[in-house]
Amino acid sequence: MTKAELIESVSQQYDALTKSQTEILVNTVFDSIKEALSKGDKIEIRGFGSFRLRQRQMREGRNPKTGKTVQVQSKKVPFFKAGKELKELVDS
Amino acid sequence: MRKADIANEVFEKVGLSKKESADMLEVILNLIKEVLRKGDTVKIAGFGNFVVRHKKARKGRNPKTGEEIGISPRKVVTFRPSQVFKKHVNT
Repeated sequence: MTKAELIESVSQQYDALTKSQTEILVNTVFDSIKEALSKGDKIEIRGFGSFRLRQRQMREGRNPKTGKTVQVQSKKVPFFKAGKELKELVDS
Repeated sequence: MRKADIANEVFEKVGLSKKESADMLEVILNLIKEVLRKGDTVKIAGFGNFVVRHKKARKGRNPKTGEEIGISPRKVVTFRPSQVFKKHVNT
């Protein structure tokens, strides 16, 4: 399912909203998660899962084309951990 | 940040009532869960993909006792953040 399909499904379940309002709705949900994480906030959604940042250490990498060693800077990556309910739902 | 905080963002930006905002968030989450339950992928442009992965059976070990135990095959949800999302958290 793509975001466009998600928006379509949402607007089918709730016809009080126009398509473009539904689009803003869906975008707002994901944008607010993105914004919160960027500020270093953790997101916990009951029954679904949690999002937080994981720190990656600086490491030595290699340019696969030239074989040259390069420093890969330390960085943060978004990490999602499925909640209990979602885990069980998917594995049943 | 919790569900109520996300619903509040929706309330402020979309112009739904507080109740509707909370309900709509629930609708979205349930739709995503339903797709994942069927084993399908959910792709959100600019955010990332939720993918169901099939794990094979493997042998594990109880780290406390050192005892070997079988781990049954299972399905798990993984999230692959999009390039945009990854860049966003590092700026």
